[in-house]
Formats: sequence, structure tokens, C-alpha cells
Amino acid sequence: MATVKNSELEKEHLVHHDHVHDHDDHEESFVQKYVFSQDHKMISRQFLITAVVMAVIAMTMSVIFRMQLAWPGEKFGFINAMLGDKWGKDGILDPNMYLALVTIHGTIMVFFVLTGGLSGTFANLLIPYQVGARDMASGFLNMLSYWFFFVSSVIMTASLFIDDGPASAGWTIYPPLSALPEAIPGSKLGMTLWLVSMTLFVVSSLLGGINYVVTVLNLRTKGMKMTRMPLTVWAFLITAILGVLSFPVLVSCVVLLLCDRSLGTSFYLSDIYIGGRPLDNVGGSPVLFEHLFWFLGHPEVYIVLLPALGITSEVIATSSRKPIFGYRAMIGSMLAIGFLSFIVWGHHMFMTGMNPFLGSVFVFTTLLIAIPSAVKAFNYITTMWKGNIQFTPAMLFSIGLVSSFITGGVTGIILADSTLDINVHDTYFVVAHFHIVMGLSAIFGMFAGVYHWFPKMFLRMMNKKLGYVHFWITLTMAYGVFFPMHFLGLAGVPRRYYTNSNFPMFDNLVDINEIVTICAIIGALGQGVFLFNFFYSIFRGEKAPQNPWNSNTLEWTTPMAHIHGNWPGSLPVVHRWAYDYSKPGKEKDFVVQTVPLEEGEQDGDSH
Amino acid sequence: MNFLVLLAIVLLIIAGHQLLRVIELSRGLKKTKEWKVTETDNNMMGRAMFAFMIVFFAFFFWQVNRWMDRSLPPAASVHGEKIDALWDANIYLITVIFLVTNFFLFWFAYKYRGTDKTKASYITHNNKLEMAWTIVPAIALAFIVIFGLKYWNEIMTTADAPDRVVVELYAKQFDWSARYPGKDGKLGETDYRQIDGGNAMGMDTSDAAGFDDLANIKNEIHIPVNREIELLMRSRDVIHSAFLPHFRAQMNCVPGMVTTFKFIANKTSAQMKKDPYVLKMMAGINTQRAKFGKDPVEFDYLLLCNKICGASHYNMQMNVIVDTEADYQAWLAKQKVFKTAVAAK
Repeated sequence: MATVKNSELEKEHLVHHDHVHDHDDHEESFVQKYVFSQDHKMISRQFLITAVVMAVIAMTMSVIFRMQLAWPGEKFGFINAMLGDKWGKDGILDPNMYLALVTIHGTIMVFFVLTGGLSGTFANLLIPYQVGARDMASGFLNMLSYWFFFVSSVIMTASLFIDDGPASAGWTIYPPLSALPEAIPGSKLGMTLWLVSMTLFVVSSLLGGINYVVTVLNLRTKGMKMTRMPLTVWAFLITAILGVLSFPVLVSCVVLLLCDRSLGTSFYLSDIYIGGRPLDNVGGSPVLFEHLFWFLGHPEVYIVLLPALGITSEVIATSSRKPIFGYRAMIGSMLAIGFLSFIVWGHHMFMTGMNPFLGSVFVFTTLLIAIPSAVKAFNYITTMWKGNIQFTPAMLFSIGLVSSFITGGVTGIILADSTLDINVHDTYFVVAHFHIVMGLSAIFGMFAGVYHWFPKMFLRMMNKKLGYVHFWITLTMAYGVFFPMHFLGLAGVPRRYYTNSNFPMFDNLVDINEIVTICAIIGALGQGVFLFNFFYSIFRGEKAPQNPWNSNTLEWTTPMAHIHGNWPGSLPVVHRWAYDYSKPGKEKDFVVQTVPLEEGEQDGDSH
Repeated sequence: MNFLVLLAIVLLIIAGHQLLRVIELSRGLKKTKEWKVTETDNNMMGRAMFAFMIVFFAFFFWQVNRWMDRSLPPAASVHGEKIDALWDANIYLITVIFLVTNFFLFWFAYKYRGTDKTKASYITHNNKLEMAWTIVPAIALAFIVIFGLKYWNEIMTTADAPDRVVVELYAKQFDWSARYPGKDGKLGETDYRQIDGGNAMGMDTSDAAGFDDLANIKNEIHIPVNREIELLMRSRDVIHSAFLPHFRAQMNCVPGMVTTFKFIANKTSAQMKKDPYVLKMMAGINTQRAKFGKDPVEFDYLLLCNKICGASHYNMQMNVIVDTEADYQAWLAKQKVFKTAVAAK
């Protein structure tokens, strides 16, 4: 299937068309249509809804541990109600459960929401639509990809309910803490479930990633040259390549950890005395784990970020009614970021005992990434320059993304500098940095995508005013949560501390922690506006028109119905790039990609 | 009580549902579509973007003004002063970038908010401009890399000073202990299999070099001012991280490895307690402590654990006292020699 060209699929489709009179009547059982669907549009919705549920879980966790951090020792009925008497006795959070919450919060957000949820939803929805394909190269693998993701989500969620509690060694699960059940209760069954869940997650990610790459390379419709693809598709392609190359390393990392845990091997363990006895393991090194983990872990940052940047490129251009500025530079930057992301992982390890000279190399490669990142930020801003900006909720979130990408990006320059990293490594300065640059940017990109492509996903419109309310609550509260954390970092507060009030050093930081927590609670409640808008609009939103945002890309040429094969007749033929907005001499301020070039008309930015 | 809460929730849901019906019905009467972005929306959101920028920047400066003097005191070590200088240069640079780029972003959002009359300009790219904003950051980053690596190499690969003080830090769940070499100037070998009650740091009892070591030092360590301190770090169980924020020093303690970090403390604890910045900071801390009904405290250097290590990770610290040479020697003389400690057991 992988090598099948679009033309062959097309023949197959037309033959199929002859046999069955009308696709829409084509009998599909409920299970085929809604459960084990092989249709990219349905799979995309399945990913999105699963991710929304996981995000609500992870966000609720963050509210619980933020309450503990702002008001340590206070009794909260809410905490007792959420965690029960075992982990929230008298409404006070248990220290082990605190670590479990930060661990699972991070794991769910990074992997299940911003990797599975973001790529799974939008790569699935947009790749076939925007390259002009009937579906993914392999609908079956695509279905498997979702169901592996689903099972993995279920296992991760189930681990919250076991007796010893879920994994609690931090989302980076460094051994020996994660390897030794004596070290922390979360390293008993909880960690095994975490490792199994993540392995299934990687299977899902690989099945999806292979499909995305093959579909983009082989199933582009006639005229859809690589240099005519929307930047969304470029972003998903590069993301998928990063995932396919780096996720397998996480599996090897995880398998070796499983061996250390269960089979008595010593890949990561050496010279350990715990639980009143010396262990037999000698010769292993936790630093090996860190190398393997971050070999995935750093590309993972861009696996999270690039799809959001791709979505934003599309939304900013459409809503500014202007071509994306520097289309080729945008592709070049993404390729450069993708390449560099593989040779920077050591900047997570400056303080691990790794040879300082090796650290120097990673300082250099890491700071190089700032260049393509800066180019992207400048290009977004210049795209808005002299535009005719239409403030859809998607556009608001895209602007929010550019802002957080810059605000969080600049502190990366500090952290990439090993000298400066010495004193802020593993402090709240790092927490602030990655939440703003990766967390906020990616989730803003995801919101932008949901608001923008909701009409294609659910054939209805979301409510604009509620979208506005949601955006302003989210943007202001997000900065209210994460900006003050820089100052906690400057005061030297280490991350993953259950409380900052156990010794005097941080006693003067109480108000910072309170502001952070209050903003987190308001921001979390604000997401209720989104949840309501989302679920309400699925069933009761206004009916979506053909092309609500006057966009150029191919998905808006498909009928407003979910039909198998996307286009009822033959596939569209592409004649121009995706960014002919406000082109001089045109009647309207957009020209869909299927409109042929006029005589003497230049295509794209090639002049 | 629970019944009342439940009743309130049910009533709220019914009220919400009725409200939605009203909105839905009234929407049917209007011709315009709710989701369509109008010129009014653009005006409102464009202005909101600009207003947000002002609030955002004001919030930034408010935080700097309110919280900057709660950040760590100026470095109390020789290399730390260099880090602080480099930090300042970098932080000013990124603050400018942060303010300028965010300004343009929100200003353009405001200025180019859409109207029904205007049309966007068709601008696809500009090679000169793009070249400029590739090269300028590249040059700035070159400086950042050069200075960063220069200091990094100086800090991490210094030659051993002949009069250096070797201190071994030993981490375990959830406390620190320290060991100093005895008169021979050498730390004895270690063997984790020999750990027991009297030999908590896992010293090799067959290595004579360790017999005179000053071992199992708990709660606080003393170091002399203005002499190089070479920290050697080990861990008994999981990864910990020895974080000495006031000295700008940090290194992980990894089971199976000995890691190192060298620094020269240049302010004694007594000097630091009288430092105006520190006095102000401690006044803030003590005001807050009074609100909690806790006793006032004086400044102390701290060694913290900065790598998640288990339930009491948040409570794994040790005081560090920087003494004058004479005080340090006096303290050292009072510490127990390992062999007598074992014999005493």
C-alpha cells in the first residue's frame, strides 16, 4: 500500500464508484463508522476527543498540586473529593501523590495531549484534505494508530487508580528512582503501567507517523508540488519524520528500564544500597538512560511544537488575508529546526556529570536553533504587517502562540548557555521556560486548529463570542501562571518540591505562589467555556458554509458532508500555491488552489 | 446539604438550557451569522490586543519591581560573580528582544485590524530583510556562545589549586553527609557493600587512607573562605543533585559515579549576614514568618537537593558555613575521625 501512487488509488476509487451508486448510502455498520473507522476524518475526531478528555484530567491535576504549593497544609474538601482519604487525607495532599500528580500531568500533557492529540488530530484531518488525497495511505494502520493510542491512554489513566499510586519519578522517569520499588511507591506497579502505556503510545505514534510521511510523499494530487503544499502539511511531514526517527529510541530506553526492573539486569544501575541492603547491580549508568531518553525527549519538543507552528502559519495567513511571509524560509527553518533537534539533547544534561566538553558542543548546536526559530517569529509578525486582519478565535490564539513562542523562546537562550544553566538548572526558571515556549505555544496552536477546522470536523461552527471569552481568559491567566515562575527560579526554588515552606529560604515567595495558583484556577475554570462551546457546537452549532474563512486550501473544496473519499467526483487539480490572498488583479481576496493560473501569472513567491 | 447542592446544580442546568433555547431562537430571527467576524469585532479585538500589550508589559515591570529583590543574593563565589555578570548581559538582551518583538506583534494586530474597505498588501517575501534577520541573530548568538563557553571552560576545567580543600558530599534519601580527608590529605576508597550503621557512607574499611578521614558529618558543613573547594559527590540510592544556589554551584550525584564541582567561596557566612541586600531579603522572610507564627531566622548558605529523589525531596538540605581560615581549622579539629567512630561503635 505504501508505494501505491495516487493515480492508482484514484482508479480504485472510480471503479468502486461505479459499483455503488452513492457513497453516502454505502452501508457501514455503527462499529465500522464510529468505532473501528478507517476514515481519516473520523480518526481525527477520535484523537481530538480522547485528547480533550486527557487534557481535562491533566489540568485538574495541575490545579490540585498548585493548591498545595500556594497553601501548603491547608485543608481542601476539593482535594479530598478528588483523591479520597488515602492520598488526600483531611484534604491535605500526600507528598507521594504530589510527585505522582506532577509526573502524570507532564506525561499526559506532553504525550497524550500535545503529541497524540495535536498530531493525531490535525495530521489526520489535514494531510489527506490538503494534499488532495482520498484518505491516508493505509486506513487500516491509521485505525490501529488510534486504537493503540486509546489503549495507551486507558492504561495511563487506569494507573491512577491502583493501590500504590501511579508512576511518580517525574515525567522523565530517571532511574534509579524509577527502577527501584523501594525508592518510591510509584515505582511499583504504577511505573510498570507507565512503561507499558508509553510503549503502546510509541507504537501508535509510529503507525501514524509512517502513514503521514507516505501520504504526503505519494498521495499528493496532480499539481500539488512539494513547494505548493500548505505549511501545515510541511509541518506534519517534518514532525512525522522526527517521530519515526526518535520514538524508537524511547522504546529501547524503556525496554532496558523494564529489564532492570524485572530481569535483574544492570543497564542503568550500579553501586546502590537501598531498603537496608546493597543491590547486586554493578556497571550500569543512569547517564546512559538520560542520553537515550533525551535523544527522543528533545526532538519531542519539536514534535509538539512544529504542528502548532504549521497550523498557525495557515491561520495567520488566512486571517491576515496575506500570503505567509517568506514561504520558502519557513520551510527551510522547519527543516533546520528538525535537523538540529537531533543534536541538541545534551543541553538537558549539563549538570548530570556528563563530560563538560561534550556540554560545550551541545551549547553550540542548541544556540544554533535560535536562528531558524527567530526567522519563524519574524516571518509571522511580518505576515500580519499590512494585512487586513480578521480576528477569528483561531487568529487570536495564533497571535497568542507567536507571543508565547517569543516570550518562552528568549529564556531558552539563557538555559542553552551551560554557564548560566548551572544555577537555574531544574529550578522554576526552567518550568516557566518550557511551559511558555512548548506548553502554551502548542496548546494555543491546538486551540487555533480546533476553532479554524471545527467546521470541517463537525460541519458546524463554534460560537465566536465564547471563543473570544475563552481566548482572553486563557492568554491572560496563562501568562499569570507561568511568568511569575521565572522569579521563583531566580530565587533558587527547585522544581518538584512538595512545599516551599519547610525551611526559611523561600518564605518570602508566598505571594508569588498564590498569584500563580489563583491564575491557574481561573484559567482552568475558563476552559469550561471552551468545553461547553466545543460540545455544544458539535450538536447545536450553526451549520457551516462551504468555506467560512475564505481560505485557499483544498479541504474547503470538499462538500460539507463526511463522505468516504473526500471528493465526490475526481480529485481536484492544483494550479497554484496555497497563499494567493489579496493578490492584485483578482476579484476576491483569495484564490483557491484549484483555480488555474491566468496567462502570464506568476505562481507563488517565485519571482 | 448535599441535596441542596444537587438541587442547585440541577436548577442551574435547567436555567442554562432555557437560556440557550432563548439564544438559539433569537439567533434564528437575525440574518447575520454569529460566527462571522465583523468590522466591529475586528475593531474591538484589535484594540484589545493593544490594551493587552500594555497590561502585559505593565505586569512584567510590576513583577520585576516587586520580586527582583527576592532573587538570590549576589554570588558568594569567585566564578559566581562571572556568572552573574554574564547573566545580566544576557538577561538585558533577551528582555529587549522580548519587549520589541511582542510590541511589534501586538501593535501590528492593532494597526492592521481588518476593515471592509481595505485590502491586504500582497507581499510574499523580501530577501534582504530575511537575510538581515537571519544574520543579526546569528552574530548576537555568536557572542553569547563565545562568552558562555569561555566561562564554562574556566569553571569546569580548572587546574587543582595546591591548597584546595576536598569535601565529599554523600547523598541518600533524604539527607546529606560529608567527609573530609584527614591529615594524609587523601579520601579513603569506598565500597557500597560495606554500608552499615557505623559506616553510613560506605567507606572501604580495608583502605588505610580512609582511617583518618573525618566522616559522617551531618546537618552542616564548614568550608574556609577564599580557598578552592573541590566537591566530590556520590549517591547511595537514586540521583540527587547538590545545589548550592548562593555559590552558583550545582552538580548531580549519580549512583556508581563520582562527580565534581570546584568553587571558591569569597564571603564568609558572617559577612553575608551583614550584607545590605541579604538583610533586606531576610527582613522580608521574617515578616512573612511572623505571619505564620514562626520564629525569625538569620541568613545561612544552603545545600539543597535539586533532582527529584522521592517523597521528602523537598526537605533534603544542609547548612553550609563559610568560615575564616582560623574558625574553619577550629571546627575541623572537632570532627570525629572515621576509625575512632567505628571503634566507638
